Amino acid sequence: MPDYLIRLAQAHETFRKPELESLAELLDIRLEFLEYSPDSPHCLVRLESLKDAEKLITRSILTDSICELWGQGSDYASLHADVKERTTHRWPDFLHASFRFSVFGYQGKRDTKSHSSIIDSFSYMGFLGPIRMKNADHEFIVFEEYGIREPEPKRIFLGRLVARGSRPVVSKYDLKKRSYISTTSMDAELALITANIAKASAGKLFYDPFMGTGGFPIACAHFGAMCIGSDIDGRTVRATPDRNPLTNFKQYGLMSYCLDNFVSDLTNSPLKCERWLDGIVCDPPYGVREGLKVLGSRTGLHKLVIFEDGTPAHLAPGFIAPKRPYSFDAMLDDILHFAACMLVDNGRLSMWMPTATDEDIALSIPQNEHLELLSSCIQTFNKWSRRLLTYRRLPGSVTGPVMPRPDKEYVNGSTADDLNNFRKMYFEGFRDKSSKG
Amino acid sequence: MKILTLTFLTCARKSCKPEPTSYPLHPTSAELEIIPVDFNPLFLRALLPRLDWPTLRILCEAFGLPGLQEEAPEEDALFLQPEEGGAMEDVEVQGEKGKEVVEDVEKKGEEETREASQLAKDLHHLLLETTMQEGKLVCGCCGHEYAVKEGIANFLLPAHLV
Repeated sequence: MPDYLIRLAQAHETFRKPELESLAELLDIRLEFLEYSPDSPHCLVRLESLKDAEKLITRSILTDSICELWGQGSDYASLHADVKERTTHRWPDFLHASFRFSVFGYQGKRDTKSHSSIIDSFSYMGFLGPIRMKNADHEFIVFEEYGIREPEPKRIFLGRLVARGSRPVVSKYDLKKRSYISTTSMDAELALITANIAKASAGKLFYDPFMGTGGFPIACAHFGAMCIGSDIDGRTVRATPDRNPLTNFKQYGLMSYCLDNFVSDLTNSPLKCERWLDGIVCDPPYGVREGLKVLGSRTGLHKLVIFEDGTPAHLAPGFIAPKRPYSFDAMLDDILHFAACMLVDNGRLSMWMPTATDEDIALSIPQNEHLELLSSCIQTFNKWSRRLLTYRRLPGSVTGPVMPRPDKEYVNGSTADDLNNFRKMYFEGFRDKSSKG
Repeated sequence: MKILTLTFLTCARKSCKPEPTSYPLHPTSAELEIIPVDFNPLFLRALLPRLDWPTLRILCEAFGLPGLQEEAPEEDALFLQPEEGGAMEDVEVQGEKGKEVVEDVEKKGEEETREASQLAKDLHHLLLETTMQEGKLVCGCCGHEYAVKEGIANFLLPAHLV
């Protein structure tokens, strides 16, 4: 099994490994990490073939490129020695092909003159083909990795380019260029990564119960999955005739992947309770910028409302169903329960969850007996952070149409603050508990 | 609402869910529209084992659409058989088939080289292109009516039904 060098984006570090692992699983590729550090964009992996390397990386959002590893070293002497040992027997295959060399530095750079001398130092490979800066048959890249403010690189790699990742797609879906967005639309890059981690792909059926302006369905549709979206807020689903979720799908030419959007509440879902979904991706409302509400009356009086003239209120045109604030923990458990009821074997749930940065995370990650937590990726802000939790539906244990949701005690209360600890902490500015006194 | 989506919908009320009469929702005073979308045989293949065929037949009847064959087709019927060169109406359903298909799709990913049959094209037209733009969806159990406007259904319930 040959070794490959993956050059990752030095961003969203905790998402990088789960993304590659998910893609490997989706494409049925054996992937073994040889060297990986969150502090470095260079990652060494072992894969079975060149074809696997290409397949794995083409869809990756957090990968710049994958190269066949031709050598590595702590300085140029050791790099050249390694290149000679690994690849001398392969040089004749490249003798007459066109090629180009380039040099990339991480946390350090050199002037053009030293670039040429570095490139010239590989002349012992004796390639005779023409040098082409565009569309060369083979592209060789020298990767230098510097320590902070060090004059010489601490690690150097030589790789032959195999494939590039999907990073350019991020700018295609950039929210700034999207016709219909709202204050809480998910960043295009993270939405695409979420779709990758949830293994969205052609032929699959995905659902987002909190679609908002449709960011996740669009990301899943980009990878060929058929998408259903819903939201409790009918205004975001319908929006205006010229700006709504469908115009977004149209903008990206993805209309054929939009199955339907409708207005519904997850706690009273109209979806048939059987295991027919391949994936669920969602960013539930945190209750900070958007209300965390479910159907029901705030006063708890679930009575039929009748107008003075005797007609029931809910049959009047323009009736708006009453909603009440809901506990955030209960909502997360509801999502997990829903996923357990609806996902096919090994189907994935990828869900975002906010936390205070100093909170004990292990205690607050929701659990469900039919779901296995696969990864927890973190995006930190100043005093809070949010996590992308990904679960796998464990095979077997087929559930009936109404699998009871395990009963649990949630905080009592009727105001948003009582029900949602995160919201409370957010508006208190995440003050240190000891200083509250 | 595409007809495919309707085969996945039931009454939103928790008390109706266990009742067989709450599924499927019955369309009334429906206005249908054909909205063309790209043909996706890979999706149809993966969908077939999850498709509730008797429900689809009920919906077709409710909408006054041409009747469907009695038995759900097999995966093979979605593709032209190379030696026969025509759509095959194979009505025999094998119990184990469904599971195999899903695994198959997982493995093969995006590969599908066989040519689609007329049946697959008809199913595509019915499930993914025939859309209910206006009308009501009625629960056969509680009688609650869910409105569909401009192709978007509203499943929110008044407080007394939650």
